[in-house]
Amino acid sequence: MSTGDGFLLLSTFLACAVEMVEALTIVLAAGLARGWRSALAGLGAATVVLAVTVVVLGPALTVIPLQALRLVVGALLLVFGLQWLRKAILRASGYKALHDEDAIFARELADAHGAERVERAGVDWYGFTLSFKGVLLEGLEVVFIVLTFGSAQGSIPLAAVGAACALVLVAGIGLAVRAPLARVPENALKFAVGVMLTTFGVFWSVEGAGADWPGSDAAILGVLGFVVLISLVLVRVLRRERLEAVPA
Amino acid sequence: MKHLAAFGRFWWDFVIGDDWLVAALVAVAIGATAILAAVDVAAWWLLPLAVPLILWLSLRRAIRSA
Repeated sequence: MSTGDGFLLLSTFLACAVEMVEALTIVLAAGLARGWRSALAGLGAATVVLAVTVVVLGPALTVIPLQALRLVVGALLLVFGLQWLRKAILRASGYKALHDEDAIFARELADAHGAERVERAGVDWYGFTLSFKGVLLEGLEVVFIVLTFGSAQGSIPLAAVGAACALVLVAGIGLAVRAPLARVPENALKFAVGVMLTTFGVFWSVEGAGADWPGSDAAILGVLGFVVLISLVLVRVLRRERLEAVPA
Repeated sequence: MKHLAAFGRFWWDFVIGDDWLVAALVAVAIGATAILAAVDVAAWWLLPLAVPLILWLSLRRAIRSA
Protein backbone atom coordinates (compact mmCIF):
# COMPACT_ATOMS: atom_id res chain seq x y z
CA MET A 1 0.00 0.00 0.00
CA SER A 2 1.45 3.39 -1.04
CA THR A 3 1.57 6.52 1.14
CA GLY A 4 -1.34 7.93 -0.86
CA ASP A 5 -3.43 4.78 -0.34
CA GLY A 6 -2.74 4.77 3.40
CA PHE A 7 -3.82 8.39 3.68
CA LEU A 8 -6.86 7.68 1.54
CA LEU A 9 -7.99 4.88 3.88
CA LEU A 10 -7.33 6.88 7.04
CA SER A 11 -8.90 10.09 5.72
CA THR A 12 -12.12 8.46 4.51
CA PHE A 13 -12.40 6.53 7.77
CA LEU A 14 -12.00 9.62 9.96
CA ALA A 15 -14.15 11.92 7.83
CA CYS A 16 -16.95 9.36 7.53
CA ALA A 17 -16.81 8.52 11.25
CA VAL A 18 -17.34 12.19 12.14
CA GLU A 19 -20.32 12.50 9.79
CA MET A 20 -21.82 9.20 10.98
CA VAL A 21 -21.58 10.21 14.65
CA GLU A 22 -23.65 13.30 13.78
CA ALA A 23 -26.19 11.25 11.80
CA LEU A 24 -26.45 8.73 14.65
CA THR A 25 -27.31 11.51 17.12
CA ILE A 26 -30.22 12.62 14.91
CA VAL A 27 -31.54 9.07 14.31
CA LEU A 28 -31.35 8.31 18.04
CA ALA A 29 -33.28 11.49 18.88
CA ALA A 30 -35.93 10.64 16.25
CA GLY A 31 -36.16 7.01 17.42
CA LEU A 32 -36.40 7.74 21.15
CA ALA A 33 -38.86 10.64 20.81
CA ARG A 34 -41.05 9.54 17.89
CA GLY A 35 -40.67 5.77 17.76
CA TRP A 36 -38.14 3.49 16.07
CA ARG A 37 -40.40 2.60 13.16
CA SER A 38 -40.42 6.12 11.70
CA ALA A 39 -36.76 6.74 12.54
CA LEU A 40 -35.64 3.51 10.85
CA ALA A 41 -37.91 4.16 7.86
CA GLY A 42 -36.23 7.57 7.44
CA LEU A 43 -32.81 5.98 7.80
CA GLY A 44 -33.69 3.34 5.20
CA ALA A 45 -35.12 5.83 2.69
CA ALA A 46 -32.07 8.11 2.99
CA THR A 47 -29.75 5.11 2.56
CA VAL A 48 -31.56 4.18 -0.69
CA VAL A 49 -31.19 7.75 -2.03
CA LEU A 50 -27.48 7.75 -1.10
CA ALA A 51 -26.95 4.35 -2.72
CA VAL A 52 -28.57 5.58 -5.95
CA THR A 53 -26.31 8.67 -5.86
CA VAL A 54 -23.23 6.45 -5.55
CA VAL A 55 -24.38 4.14 -8.35
CA VAL A 56 -25.04 7.10 -10.68
CA LEU A 57 -22.05 9.30 -9.82
CA GLY A 58 -19.41 6.62 -9.15
CA PRO A 59 -19.02 5.29 -12.71
CA ALA A 60 -19.45 8.82 -14.15
CA LEU A 61 -16.42 10.06 -12.20
CA THR A 62 -14.20 7.26 -13.48
CA VAL A 63 -14.54 8.41 -17.11
CA ILE A 64 -13.29 11.96 -16.37
CA PRO A 65 -9.56 12.40 -17.21
CA LEU A 66 -7.49 12.07 -14.02
CA GLN A 67 -5.82 15.49 -14.23
CA ALA A 68 -9.12 17.36 -14.67
CA LEU A 69 -10.67 15.28 -11.89
CA ARG A 70 -7.79 16.06 -9.53
CA LEU A 71 -8.09 19.77 -10.31
CA VAL A 72 -11.81 19.91 -9.54
CA VAL A 73 -11.68 17.49 -6.61
CA GLY A 74 -8.54 19.16 -5.22
CA ALA A 75 -10.14 22.60 -5.36
CA LEU A 76 -13.35 21.35 -3.70
CA LEU A 77 -11.46 19.47 -1.00
CA LEU A 78 -9.26 22.47 -0.34
CA VAL A 79 -12.31 24.71 0.12
CA PHE A 80 -13.98 22.06 2.34
CA GLY A 81 -10.77 21.45 4.28
CA LEU A 82 -10.09 25.12 4.94
CA GLN A 83 -13.67 25.61 6.19
CA TRP A 84 -13.35 22.62 8.55
CA LEU A 85 -9.93 23.76 9.69
CA ARG A 86 -11.11 27.32 10.30
CA LYS A 87 -13.94 26.07 12.54
CA ALA A 88 -11.59 23.65 14.32
CA ILE A 89 -9.03 26.41 14.95
CA LEU A 90 -11.74 28.76 16.22
CA ARG A 91 -12.95 26.01 18.60
CA ALA A 92 -9.46 25.07 19.77
CA SER A 93 -8.56 28.70 20.43
CA GLY A 94 -11.77 29.36 22.36
CA TYR A 95 -13.47 31.68 19.86
CA LYS A 96 -16.22 29.16 19.09
CA ALA A 97 -18.06 26.76 21.41
CA LEU A 98 -16.88 23.16 21.28
CA HIS A 99 -19.12 20.76 19.36
CA ASP A 100 -21.20 19.03 22.04
CA GLU A 101 -23.03 15.90 20.85
CA ASP A 102 -24.93 15.62 24.18
CA ALA A 103 -26.28 19.17 23.87
CA ILE A 104 -27.27 18.64 20.23
CA PHE A 105 -29.00 15.38 21.19
CA ALA A 106 -30.92 17.08 24.02
CA ARG A 107 -32.04 19.87 21.67
CA GLU A 108 -33.15 17.45 18.92
CA LEU A 109 -34.94 15.32 21.49
CA ALA A 110 -36.83 18.30 22.98
CA ASP A 111 -37.85 19.50 19.49
CA ALA A 112 -38.97 15.99 18.53
CA HIS A 113 -41.02 15.58 21.74
CA GLY A 114 -42.72 18.94 21.17
CA ALA A 115 -43.70 18.41 17.52
CA GLU A 116 -47.27 17.51 16.57
CA ARG A 117 -47.92 13.87 15.62
CA VAL A 118 -49.01 13.39 12.00
CA GLU A 119 -49.19 9.81 10.69
CA ARG A 120 -48.81 8.95 7.00
CA ALA A 121 -48.90 5.32 5.86
CA GLY A 122 -48.59 4.29 9.51
CA VAL A 123 -45.36 6.24 9.97
CA ASP A 124 -44.91 9.31 12.16
CA TRP A 125 -44.03 12.00 9.63
CA TYR A 126 -41.88 14.17 11.93
CA GLY A 127 -39.73 11.22 13.05
CA PHE A 128 -39.35 10.00 9.46
CA THR A 129 -38.41 13.44 8.10
CA LEU A 130 -35.98 14.18 10.95
CA SER A 131 -34.18 10.89 10.48
CA PHE A 132 -34.29 11.07 6.64
CA LYS A 133 -32.91 14.63 6.45
CA GLY A 134 -30.22 13.99 9.05
CA VAL A 135 -28.93 10.83 7.40
CA LEU A 136 -29.22 12.27 3.87
CA LEU A 137 -27.34 15.49 4.64
CA GLU A 138 -24.56 13.84 6.65
CA GLY A 139 -24.54 10.93 4.18
CA LEU A 140 -24.11 13.23 1.19
CA GLU A 141 -20.87 14.43 2.73
CA VAL A 142 -19.77 10.82 3.18
CA VAL A 143 -20.65 10.05 -0.45
CA PHE A 144 -18.82 13.16 -1.63
CA ILE A 145 -15.71 12.31 0.39
CA VAL A 146 -15.64 8.65 -0.70
CA LEU A 147 -16.21 9.39 -4.40
CA THR A 148 -13.85 12.35 -4.65
CA PHE A 149 -11.04 10.91 -2.53
CA GLY A 150 -11.40 7.51 -4.17
CA SER A 151 -11.58 8.70 -7.77
CA ALA A 152 -8.73 11.21 -7.44
CA GLN A 153 -6.50 8.59 -5.82
CA GLY A 154 -7.66 5.99 -8.35
CA SER A 155 -9.35 3.66 -5.88
CA ILE A 156 -13.01 4.19 -5.00
CA PRO A 157 -13.18 0.66 -3.45
CA LEU A 158 -10.39 1.51 -0.99
CA ALA A 159 -12.19 4.73 -0.01
CA ALA A 160 -15.39 2.70 0.40
CA VAL A 161 -13.55 0.31 2.74
CA GLY A 162 -12.59 3.27 4.94
CA ALA A 163 -16.22 4.46 4.99
CA ALA A 164 -17.53 0.94 5.66
CA CYS A 165 -15.17 0.52 8.63
CA ALA A 166 -16.44 3.83 10.04
CA LEU A 167 -20.06 2.74 9.49
CA VAL A 168 -19.57 -0.63 11.22
CA LEU A 169 -17.80 1.00 14.16
CA VAL A 170 -20.20 3.93 14.69
CA ALA A 171 -23.40 1.92 14.05
CA GLY A 172 -22.11 -0.94 16.23
CA ILE A 173 -21.32 1.31 19.17
CA GLY A 174 -24.55 3.27 18.62
CA LEU A 175 -26.61 0.06 18.73
CA ALA A 176 -24.79 -1.10 21.84
CA VAL A 177 -25.12 2.08 23.88
CA ARG A 178 -28.27 3.63 22.35
CA ALA A 179 -26.98 7.07 23.31
CA PRO A 180 -25.12 9.82 21.44
CA LEU A 181 -21.41 9.09 21.16
CA ALA A 182 -20.42 12.01 23.36
CA ARG A 183 -17.16 10.35 24.41
CA VAL A 184 -15.84 10.34 20.86
CA PRO A 185 -13.26 13.13 20.75
CA GLU A 186 -15.26 14.79 18.00
CA ASN A 187 -13.53 18.16 18.12
CA ALA A 188 -10.11 16.53 17.78
CA LEU A 189 -11.46 14.33 14.97
CA LYS A 190 -12.84 17.36 13.13
CA PHE A 191 -9.45 19.04 13.45
CA ALA A 192 -7.77 15.93 12.01
CA VAL A 193 -10.28 15.72 9.16
CA GLY A 194 -9.78 19.42 8.35
CA VAL A 195 -6.03 18.79 8.18
CA MET A 196 -6.49 15.72 5.96
CA LEU A 197 -8.93 17.42 3.57
CA THR A 198 -6.65 20.46 3.27
CA THR A 199 -3.60 18.24 2.69
CA PHE A 200 -5.27 16.24 -0.08
CA GLY A 201 -6.79 19.42 -1.48
CA VAL A 202 -3.38 21.09 -1.79
CA PHE A 203 -1.74 17.95 -3.19
CA TRP A 204 -4.33 17.24 -5.89
CA SER A 205 -4.92 20.88 -6.81
CA VAL A 206 -1.23 21.33 -7.58
CA GLU A 207 -1.15 18.13 -9.65
CA GLY A 208 -4.41 19.04 -11.38
CA ALA A 209 -3.04 22.50 -12.23
CA GLY A 210 -0.22 20.79 -14.11
CA ALA A 211 2.62 21.29 -11.60
CA ASP A 212 4.80 18.46 -10.23
CA TRP A 213 5.59 17.73 -6.60
CA PRO A 214 9.22 17.13 -5.66
CA GLY A 215 9.29 13.53 -4.41
CA SER A 216 5.97 12.65 -6.10
CA ASP A 217 3.47 10.92 -3.72
CA ALA A 218 5.81 11.23 -0.75
CA ALA A 219 5.26 15.00 -0.85
CA ILE A 220 1.88 14.35 0.85
CA LEU A 221 3.80 13.79 4.09
CA GLY A 222 5.51 17.16 3.73
CA VAL A 223 2.20 18.92 3.00
CA LEU A 224 0.59 17.14 5.97
CA GLY A 225 3.36 18.25 8.33
CA PHE A 226 3.14 21.81 7.03
CA VAL A 227 -0.66 22.00 7.44
CA VAL A 228 -0.47 20.56 10.98
CA LEU A 229 2.27 23.06 11.89
CA ILE A 230 0.47 26.16 10.61
CA SER A 231 -2.80 25.02 12.23
CA LEU A 232 -1.15 24.60 15.63
CA VAL A 233 0.63 27.94 15.28
CA LEU A 234 -2.66 29.65 14.42
CA VAL A 235 -4.40 28.04 17.44
CA ARG A 236 -1.59 29.25 19.69
CA VAL A 237 -1.58 32.79 18.28
CA LEU A 238 -5.37 33.17 18.45
CA ARG A 239 -5.60 31.65 21.95
CA ARG A 240 -2.98 34.07 23.24
CA GLU A 241 -4.69 36.96 21.47
CA ARG A 242 -8.05 36.03 23.02
CA LEU A 243 -6.62 35.70 26.52
CA GLU A 244 -4.87 39.06 26.21
CA ALA A 245 -8.13 40.67 25.12
CA VAL A 246 -9.93 39.46 28.27
CA PRO A 247 -9.73 42.18 30.95
CA ALA A 248 -7.90 41.01 34.10
CA MET B 1 -39.02 28.89 -8.12
CA LYS B 2 -38.89 28.55 -4.33
CA HIS B 3 -37.61 24.97 -4.64
CA LEU B 4 -35.01 26.03 -7.20
CA ALA B 5 -33.76 28.76 -4.87
CA ALA B 6 -33.62 26.29 -1.97
CA PHE B 7 -31.73 23.81 -4.17
CA GLY B 8 -29.23 26.51 -5.17
CA ARG B 9 -28.85 27.61 -1.54
CA PHE B 10 -28.19 24.02 -0.46
CA TRP B 11 -25.36 23.60 -2.99
CA TRP B 12 -23.93 27.03 -2.19
CA ASP B 13 -23.85 26.11 1.53
CA PHE B 14 -22.52 22.63 0.77
CA VAL B 15 -19.67 23.71 -1.51
CA ILE B 16 -18.84 27.32 -0.58
CA GLY B 17 -19.73 27.19 3.13
CA ASP B 18 -19.92 30.24 5.35
CA ASP B 19 -16.99 32.20 3.90
CA TRP B 20 -17.02 32.77 0.14
CA LEU B 21 -13.59 34.44 0.37
CA VAL B 22 -11.98 31.03 0.98
CA ALA B 23 -13.38 29.63 -2.28
CA ALA B 24 -12.44 32.80 -4.21
CA LEU B 25 -8.84 32.84 -2.93
CA VAL B 26 -8.43 29.10 -3.53
CA ALA B 27 -9.56 29.63 -7.15
CA VAL B 28 -7.06 32.49 -7.58
CA ALA B 29 -4.20 30.46 -6.06
CA ILE B 30 -4.94 27.42 -8.23
CA GLY B 31 -5.22 29.66 -11.31
CA ALA B 32 -1.84 31.21 -10.55
CA THR B 33 -0.33 27.72 -10.07
CA ALA B 34 -1.72 26.63 -13.45
CA ILE B 35 -0.28 29.73 -15.17
CA LEU B 36 3.19 29.16 -13.69
CA ALA B 37 3.05 25.46 -14.61
CA ALA B 38 2.00 26.33 -18.17
CA VAL B 39 5.12 28.47 -18.66
CA ASP B 40 7.34 25.73 -17.19
CA VAL B 41 8.07 27.43 -13.88
CA ALA B 42 8.12 25.23 -10.75
CA ALA B 43 4.78 26.04 -9.10
CA TRP B 44 4.25 23.41 -6.38
CA TRP B 45 5.19 25.87 -3.59
CA LEU B 46 2.51 28.46 -4.38
CA LEU B 47 -0.54 26.68 -2.96
CA PRO B 48 1.13 25.64 0.33
CA LEU B 49 2.09 29.29 0.79
CA ALA B 50 -1.44 30.45 0.01
CA VAL B 51 -3.03 28.12 2.60
CA PRO B 52 -1.83 29.95 5.78
CA LEU B 53 -2.68 33.30 4.20
CA ILE B 54 -6.22 32.22 3.28
CA LEU B 55 -6.75 30.63 6.69
CA TRP B 56 -5.52 33.73 8.49
CA LEU B 57 -7.78 36.06 6.47
CA SER B 58 -10.80 33.81 6.97
CA LEU B 59 -10.13 33.44 10.71
CA ARG B 60 -9.87 37.21 11.13
CA ARG B 61 -13.18 37.67 9.28
CA ALA B 62 -14.85 35.04 11.48
CA ILE B 63 -13.53 36.61 14.69
CA ARG B 64 -14.55 40.11 13.60
CA SER B 65 -18.09 39.01 12.76
CA ALA B 66 -18.49 36.96 15.99
